[in-house]
Amino acid sequence: MNKARRNPLNLFAAHAILLTWTVVALFPVFVILINSFKTRKAIFREPLALPDADSFSLIGYQTVLRQGDFFGYFQNSMIVTVASLFFILLFGAMAAFALSEYRFRGNTLMGLYLALGIMIPIRIGTVAILEMMVALDLVNTLAALILVYTAQGLPLAVFILSEFMRGVSDDLKNAGRIDGLSEYVIFFRLVLPLVRPAMATVAVFNMIPIWNDLWFPLILAPAEETKTLTLGSQVFIGQFVTDWNAVLSALSMAILPALILYVIFSRQLIRGITSGAVK
Amino acid sequence: MTALRLEGIVKSFGKVEVLHDIDLEVAEGEFIVFVGPSGCGKSTLLRVIAGLEDATAGIIEIAGERVNHVPPAKRGIAMVFQSYALYPHLTVRDNMALGLRQAGTPKPVIAERVAEATRILHLEPYLDRRPAELSGGQRQRVAIGRAIVRQPKLFLFDEPLSNLDAALRMNTRVELADLHRRLNATMIYVTHDQIEAMTLASRIVVLRDGRIEQIGTPMQLYNDPQSQFVAGFLGAPSMNFLPGGVLGKSAETAGIRPERLRVAPDGQLRARVHHVEHLGGDTNLLVDLADGHRLTLRLFGQHEHAVGEEIGVSYDEADVYLFDAAGRRLR
Ligand SMILES: Nc1ncnc2c1ncn2[C@@H]1O[C@H](COP(=O)(O)OP(=O)(O)O)[C@@H](O)[C@H]1O
Ligand SMILES: [Mg+2]
Repeated sequence: MNKARRNPLNLFAAHAILLTWTVVALFPVFVILINSFKTRKAIFREPLALPDADSFSLIGYQTVLRQGDFFGYFQNSMIVTVASLFFILLFGAMAAFALSEYRFRGNTLMGLYLALGIMIPIRIGTVAILEMMVALDLVNTLAALILVYTAQGLPLAVFILSEFMRGVSDDLKNAGRIDGLSEYVIFFRLVLPLVRPAMATVAVFNMIPIWNDLWFPLILAPAEETKTLTLGSQVFIGQFVTDWNAVLSALSMAILPALILYVIFSRQLIRGITSGAVK
Repeated sequence: MTALRLEGIVKSFGKVEVLHDIDLEVAEGEFIVFVGPSGCGKSTLLRVIAGLEDATAGIIEIAGERVNHVPPAKRGIAMVFQSYALYPHLTVRDNMALGLRQAGTPKPVIAERVAEATRILHLEPYLDRRPAELSGGQRQRVAIGRAIVRQPKLFLFDEPLSNLDAALRMNTRVELADLHRRLNATMIYVTHDQIEAMTLASRIVVLRDGRIEQIGTPMQLYNDPQSQFVAGFLGAPSMNFLPGGVLGKSAETAGIRPERLRVAPDGQLRARVHHVEHLGGDTNLLVDLADGHRLTLRLFGQHEHAVGEEIGVSYDEADVYLFDAAGRRLR
């Protein structure tokens, strides 16, 4: 270990900065959580106070669970997020493998075309997408959302994964070919495990925006049975009155699954982010 | 019988042609070494033979059978790579067995062949380990084992010793030579290291910029190089080259091997000692001629010479090689 890192002053400064940042980042989450357990009056009287015997109330959670099909929304969000991530990773990795492994006419052009999607937001095409979904009779289905999110996530996924796949040893793939492994086995058994950190990175970067998205559920799948959690929570926010207890409770419950998925991916994610730096 | 025949092999990547019209015949049981500087196309040629790259033009025959359109796994070859290329998720045993399993070999046969390779390569203690738990030398032995179990018609090695340290490289070199004698198999071995080429090969193929420069036994190439390139590439320290005029010749370039030069007070050349390398067994002397040309002398045994000392250097006329301006040998 080098000297600078052992120096107690530096150590202290580094921890102070990191702790400050952690507090700043966690503060809004903390406020949401404590206020979701308080009465409406208490929320407005002292928003930063912890719930006590006087102010404690589960009214928000009761409202959420009573009004609307909260578990249905929850399930919809989960299905859409997990399915989208699955397809983004599967098709992204396949396209990345083709681009990085095979020489064919138009390879570079195809890579550029796919990368273009990183710079152009998919929402520009909302009207066309809606028309397409109407024509396909997919409005008010979860499939519509999954398709759109998969398309939205693919460009970055292909970009990141093809960079990583170029780093996988050619010799290893060639050894597999000489041993008679098919290209599919080489892809799934040899290459994919070696780019797992990059896949986790892609998954995390895509997961939060999909989970939180309001735009496409509102436009493509606003029906009661296809509402996602974010859209479902909107019933508590009115133009004139907002049921803050319910909003805060819904938000608190919405954080959980994202948190769980994040914990699953994060170990790999950290390896993905630092792999270039420490290898 | 012919183990491998190449005829008119050309390989281009896009517009760049990296192999030009390669012809080669390898007899069964030969140990052929492709040698040449980095980037001359040795690996590409080996990959073309293996079927990992398609030849742009030309014919490839393995054991008398044309294999241009046969996939690598069906060509009857095995390959050992510089980076070992072991499957990271499999144990040593499974690394060796995978190819046979893919080919549908019966289980008892697989077990028998893996056991045999394990014994030859002394891999018994490591059979259940994964590659990450092995040292570089052990990994390379597993890679060789993976090739042996296939019982190929042709072994292909792509710089298998380059990632090993010097002591291990020497040992593994001897093991490879033993293996060749024992299996009596045909081997093609790629290296940029002329010592590996000289020590292992029954015949050396010298490649330069995607062309075959010369083919011959190590001693043929050493004693009778056809070009300045081959003369300079084989032998260490490498051959001294001087303008022909310095040795009183009309040829463009004259070459003489360091081990053919002697220190003699009445030698044909006068020189000043620039640097002395004591290797114990031999002594390398770097000397400057009056006109600024530098020569290397390789003296056997230990010799004391002071830097700056004036010495005479002698040689036999028969040891002088002459080359024209294009680097071709003049006889
Ligand atoms: N896949 C490839 N695409 C384009 N050029 C390549 C490719 N593989 C090798 N080359 C080029 O072919 C030449 C020979 O490479 P290689 O056979 O690896 O040389 P060596 O093994 O003798 O060092 C080099 O100039 C290299 O840049
Ligand atoms: Mg090479």
